[in-house]
Amino acid sequence: MAKYKYHILICGGTGCRASESDQIHKQFDIILEEKSLEEDIQVIQTGCFGFCEKGPIVKIMPDNTFYTQVKPSDCLEIIEEHIIKGRSVNRLLYEDPETKKHVEDSKHMGFYKKQLRVALRNCGFINPEDINEYLANDGYLALANVLEQKNPMAVIETLKKSGLRGRGGGGFPTGLKWEFAAKNKGDQKYVVCNADEGDPGAFMDRSILEGDPHTVIEAMVINGYAIGSTMGLVYIRAEYPLAIQRLKIALDQALEYGFLGDDILGSGFNFNIDIRYGAGAFVCGEETALIHSMEGNRGEPTFKPPFPAESGYKGQPTNVNNVETYANIPVILNKGWEWFSSIGTEKSKGTKVFALAGKVNNVGLIEVPMGTTLREIIFEIGGGIKDGKEFKAVQTGGPSGGCLTQKHLDTPIDYDNLLASGSMMGSGGMIVMDEDDCMVAIAKFYLEFTVEESCGKCSPCRIGNMRLFEILEKICAGNGTREDLDQLRNLGNVIKDASLCGLGQTSPNPVLSTIDNFWDEYVAHVDDKKCPAGVCRDLKRYEIVPEACVGCTVCARNCPVNCIEGERKQVHFIQQDLCIKCGACYDKCKFNAIIIK
Amino acid sequence: MSHVKIVLKTEQVDEIKAICKAFHNDEGELINVLHKVQTFFGYLPAEVQEVIAHELRMSVAKVFGVVTFYSFFTMKPKGRFPISVCMGTACYVRGAEKVLDEFKRHLKIKVGESTPDGKFSLSSLRCVGACGLAPVVMVGEKVYGRVSSEDVKKIVAEYND
Repeated sequence: MAKYKYHILICGGTGCRASESDQIHKQFDIILEEKSLEEDIQVIQTGCFGFCEKGPIVKIMPDNTFYTQVKPSDCLEIIEEHIIKGRSVNRLLYEDPETKKHVEDSKHMGFYKKQLRVALRNCGFINPEDINEYLANDGYLALANVLEQKNPMAVIETLKKSGLRGRGGGGFPTGLKWEFAAKNKGDQKYVVCNADEGDPGAFMDRSILEGDPHTVIEAMVINGYAIGSTMGLVYIRAEYPLAIQRLKIALDQALEYGFLGDDILGSGFNFNIDIRYGAGAFVCGEETALIHSMEGNRGEPTFKPPFPAESGYKGQPTNVNNVETYANIPVILNKGWEWFSSIGTEKSKGTKVFALAGKVNNVGLIEVPMGTTLREIIFEIGGGIKDGKEFKAVQTGGPSGGCLTQKHLDTPIDYDNLLASGSMMGSGGMIVMDEDDCMVAIAKFYLEFTVEESCGKCSPCRIGNMRLFEILEKICAGNGTREDLDQLRNLGNVIKDASLCGLGQTSPNPVLSTIDNFWDEYVAHVDDKKCPAGVCRDLKRYEIVPEACVGCTVCARNCPVNCIEGERKQVHFIQQDLCIKCGACYDKCKFNAIIIK
Repeated sequence: MSHVKIVLKTEQVDEIKAICKAFHNDEGELINVLHKVQTFFGYLPAEVQEVIAHELRMSVAKVFGVVTFYSFFTMKPKGRFPISVCMGTACYVRGAEKVLDEFKRHLKIKVGESTPDGKFSLSSLRCVGACGLAPVVMVGEKVYGRVSSEDVKKIVAEYND
C-alpha cells in the first residue's frame, strides 16, 4: 500500500451505492487515467462508513478528509483541488450543525467521537474484495495463533472470560454456547452463521458482511476448530445480493490462500463453508427455525431442549452465532479477554452496533461501548431530532422490543437495563420517533408485522397477535373502549407466557411498552376519540384557519373529492362530512392555513 | 392453487429437472432449488411445483407448504418493472405508507397485484437497509431514495416507453 501517495476511499455499502457511489468510482478512475495519476492514487470501494445520512461518502487518506454527499460531477474538483493542489474542497466537507463550521477530519465529527468500532473496525477502511487488505490489518492472525497453540478449550476459556454475549438478540454467553457444542459428541458437527437479518430497520449484519466478510469467515473457522467441526454454513437473506457477492469472493480468496479447505495453514485441520439462502421469514432468526429452513423445510421453531448444541442441523451438534458476534471474536483473541472485558458494563461487555434511523439527524450505523446512554446516542452521535422537533420515543429491538421514552434517556444501555425497561437489545435496530408519531399506530405497525411473520405453529402467537392487532385497529378507528385497553394488557401477557419461541414471547412488547409509557395517548384515542399526534386517519379532522387563509384556491383544486369550498381571495372551508382525510390540502397549502385537530 | 392452468413447454420442464439434478434431487435442497427455479421462471406456479415435487420425490403439498411459507417465493408473475416500497420501520416513520398509497392509487392496483398490461407490479418489502435514504422505493434493481408521494408519478413515467 505504501507506494501510493493518496488513497481515495469510496463507500460501497448498499445505501451509498443507491446514490450512485459506483458512478463516482468510475469517474475517479477516468479522471486519474486522463491525468496519468493512477500510479500515485489508489481508488478503493470500501464497506459502509456508517454515516448513511450524508452519503455517498468519499474519504481521502492519509489526510482523513471526509467528504459528504459527493456527486460524480464533484470528482474532478476533488482531484484538482485536494489531490493536486493540496486544498480541501470546503463545500463538500461536513458542516457541524451547531458551530456551522466545516469539519476537515472525521475524527472530530460528533458522529464519530463517541464511537468505538470493534466489530466494524474494518468497515469503511479496507477493500472487502481484497484479502490482502484484511491480512494487512491482523487478518487471520487469530486463526494462525489458535491453530498453532492446538488448544481448543483455551479458545473457549478466553471467550468465556471475555464476557462476550450473543449479538443477535438473546444475549446468551458465546463461550458457554461453544462449550456445550464442544462437549457433545457427533459424527459431523456444524458451525452456522446466522445472517438472516429480518428486523425491519436493522442493517448491521449486512454492513459487516459487505464491509468485512473475512472477519466472519475467520471466526467461523476458529469456531469449527474449537468445537471439533469441519463444516460451516452461512444462512443469509436472499434479499442481500451485495453481501452474498462479497461473501462469495471472500470465500474463494480464503480457500485460495489456505485459510479454508483441507489442512488449513499446515495444521491438519479441515474446514469448509457453504452458503444457504433464506427466503424472507422473520421467524428464521430463531435458531431452531433457521435449522429447519436450512434443511429445506418450513422455518417453524421447535421446542428447546434439545438445544442445537445437542441436536441441530441434520440431528448433529450445531453451534449458531450471529454475524456481529463472529466479527468480535478475532479481535478478542488478538487483543486478549482482559482488553475486551474492560469495555462495557458489569454484565454486558464490549461494544454494540446499532442501526440508528428514523427522525434523527444523522441516520447511520454506529458502534458504541455497552453502557452508553440513549441521550449520547441520539443527541451527540445522532445529532438530535430532525427539523428541531421534540424527541418522543426510541424503539429498540425491532418487533420484539419496546418503546423507550424521555425518562429512559440517561439509562446506560446494556442487555439487562433494556430488559428491565420493557424493551430488549434485539439485533440493534434503533428507531427514533418525534412528536408527530402516534404510539398507538406504531404498536399497530409492529403487530401487523408480527401477524404476517408468525409461522402459525402455536395458537397464542397465531391467534393472539391477530386479536391484539384487531383491537389496535379498532382503537385507531375511534371505536376503542377502556375494556379494550385492559384486554390488550391481559392478552399481551398471555401471549408472552404461552408462546413457543422467541417471536411470540416478545411480540406483545411494542404494545405493552407503549401502553405503559404512553397511557395518556391510548386514553385520548379511546375516551376523546382523538389522535394527539394527528396520525390516525379516522380520528383526524382538517380545518382551515380563517386568519391564515388567503383564498388562493390551491387546496380546493387539489382536493380529490371536491369537499373544499370558497371563492377566490375568500376564506375557504372544508365540508367535514365529505372529507376523506387524505391530507392533500394540508400538504399543498403554502400558508400553513390548514391544521389537523 | 392458482386458478389459471398453464402448460409448461418441454424445454421448461427439462430446465427445471436440470436444476433439481444439479442439487442431486435432494429433498433437503428444496429451498435452493426453489430459488434457482424462481430466478429462471420468474415465479413458482402450481405446475412448476408439481415438477419439482416429482423430481425430489416428495409430496406437492410439502413443496406448496414451503413456497407459501416464505415471502420471497411468489406464485404470481411479477410485472416487467416490479415496484417495491420499503415498509421497514425507518421508512414507515418517514412516510412510506403515503408513498405506497399513492402507487396504489396511481397504478390502480393493490399490493401483490400487477397492472393488466403486465408492466408494473406492486409489493411492499421489509427493509432494503438503505435507511439513510428513507423512504425507499425499488423498481427492479434501481433504488430511489427520499421518495415523497409527489414523486410517484415521475417515477412511473420514467418507465413509459
